[in-house]
Amino acid sequence: MILAFVEHESGLPDELSLEALSLARELATAEGVDLGAAVFGDEGAALADELGPYGVEEIHHVTHDELGGYAPEAWGESLAQLADEIESGTVVVPGSDRGHEVAAHAGATLDAPMATNCVAVEVDDAGVYELERHRWGGSLLEHARLEGDRKLVSAAEHEFPVQSADEEAVPTATEFTPSLEADHLRVRVDRVESGDEEGIPLGEARVVVGGGRGVGGPEDYDQLEELADLLGGTVGASRAAINEGWRPHDDQVGQTGAKISPDIYLACGISGAVQHMVGCKGAETILAINTDPEAAIIQKADWAVVGDLHEVVPELNDAIREQT
Amino acid sequence: MNVLACVKRVPNTGAKIVLTDDNQRIDASNLGFTMSPHEECAIEEAIQQVEAHGGSAHVLTLGPEEATEQLRTGLAMQADEATLLETDGSEWEPRATADAIANAVRGLADDGTEFDLLLLGNESADAANYQVGVRVARELGLPCVMGIKSLDVEDDTAIARREISGGEEVYEVDLPAVITVKEGINEPRYASMRAKMQARKKAIERLEPSGAAGPGTLEKIRLEAPETDDSAADVLGDGPDSVPEIIEVLESEVEVL
Ligand SMILES: Cc1cc2nc3c(=O)[nH]c(=O)nc-3n(C[C@H](O)[C@H](O)[C@H](O)COP(=O)(O)OP(=O)(O)OC[C@H]3O[C@@H](n4cnc5c(N)ncnc54)[C@H](O)[C@@H]3O)c2cc1C
Repeated sequence: MILAFVEHESGLPDELSLEALSLARELATAEGVDLGAAVFGDEGAALADELGPYGVEEIHHVTHDELGGYAPEAWGESLAQLADEIESGTVVVPGSDRGHEVAAHAGATLDAPMATNCVAVEVDDAGVYELERHRWGGSLLEHARLEGDRKLVSAAEHEFPVQSADEEAVPTATEFTPSLEADHLRVRVDRVESGDEEGIPLGEARVVVGGGRGVGGPEDYDQLEELADLLGGTVGASRAAINEGWRPHDDQVGQTGAKISPDIYLACGISGAVQHMVGCKGAETILAINTDPEAAIIQKADWAVVGDLHEVVPELNDAIREQT
Repeated sequence: MNVLACVKRVPNTGAKIVLTDDNQRIDASNLGFTMSPHEECAIEEAIQQVEAHGGSAHVLTLGPEEATEQLRTGLAMQADEATLLETDGSEWEPRATADAIANAVRGLADDGTEFDLLLLGNESADAANYQVGVRVARELGLPCVMGIKSLDVEDDTAIARREISGGEEVYEVDLPAVITVKEGINEPRYASMRAKMQARKKAIERLEPSGAAGPGTLEKIRLEAPETDDSAADVLGDGPDSVPEIIEVLESEVEVL
């Protein structure tokens, strides 16, 4: 059996988990085995109706008196025990923070190898996985072999489209109660504090105005803020600008920052380093404003203006204001 | 309080990544090397915790002789000690890396240095295996929290915060513990020229790593630079004269105006 770890919000599976199910189903088909899902939390049992369309044949609802909130080690340990119990050779997780954390713990318990951020997996006759996975946040691909009786893989974000199965399944639902010790529960979410959110979060904005080192100082972001406001968007920044202390880290777009997918990304004074581009490659359109016609971003953008952002952006703001 | 920060040497890639002819690694001859950003923050955090609570900050890397450059960066940032687990430069599987780090931590404890806190990057910039920290923790029997963007130590407890959509999860963990950090937890300091000179004179302990992976393997075969659409942008014009063209794009092509 291929066992997929499915995250959910109040009984509705999350998007990255559904993507991971696409990979898990491919593997189950290739290996000619059943597809099972491990779900945690009180509302997990409600997932039976939700997961049938994705070809999930067995739902394993992991329950335990001590497993109320999220507890990484206990969840990973439980997932590993479940994989043992149902003799699952492969565990598939979403390429999310939790997916990776739970899988790392499960991998430690099972003493099994784990390949993260996979974008394609082929199974050969001997059951070895020939796979491709992201490196450098997705600016490189690695071809690798993953071998062993037990394996873990994570599906890279947004690489496997959510697809329902050719044949809908009617999953059986079983409860699984792991045997947990106090040590497994040393780490658990103590409390959740809500943030003081202002404006549109980067990940959700339709328009992002990005500013890099070319902006030149913190005060000049005012022009970019104004442009973002006029277009109903929000401001992002390159790592260089954040290292200068001009913007808070939350604004960072890139490999170690936010991954954005706006309708348009206006990249102002940004060179287009690979680590920046992996953060904004999800943008529908990129328009670059840069003084250097040779800048990498000009190769990668859809539209470009060669010029000084300090001259272009204020005029653009005036022109938009006049129009509206 | 003794804090260990574990870092990895990676190529300092720029706008374009070129691979070596055998497709085994990035051709770094024109790029130079750096440490992954999350790990630079792990060092900074180690130093700040020691500044706040006393004790010593230690940096460790598993890598070739040349990785002493990254250890010296750590020393220049004011880490007290550095250890190189010296390899021939070949890539180690995450499980073998974790095993080698755990063994080194045990060895240092035998020699009298016990760590209260082990900090690692959440994932390395190149391989992003997301598991070395957890595997080190599990091998040493320590609690572990990943992806932390804020850390406070009060007495024997680490209060660690992780960003989730709309807020933060707060974890309270007894020390000793392993915490993997993300960029944004702090702003790594720039080392002064003088600190860099002093760091050159500090001793670096070299140990032969002993680390093995359990059953099964994850083996790199080759790297590939994916095709990118570098079909150059449509240049709308030069400077402010192109404002009408930008408006046109915003209005008709993207329809955000
Ligand atoms: C492991 C790793 C991870 C990284 N992660 C990230 C990440 O998540 N996000 C990220 O952004 N970077 C990341 N980086 C850093 C990245 O490699 C680049 O250093 C960074 O993106 C450069 O930022 P920049 O383009 O703003 O600055 P620069 O490279 O300095 O470019 C500035 C640009 O502004 C232009 N310019 C200057 N003045 C003007 C003006 N007046 N008007 C218009 N244009 C002007 C210049 O021509 C130039 O193209 C990472 C690096 C590493 C090694």
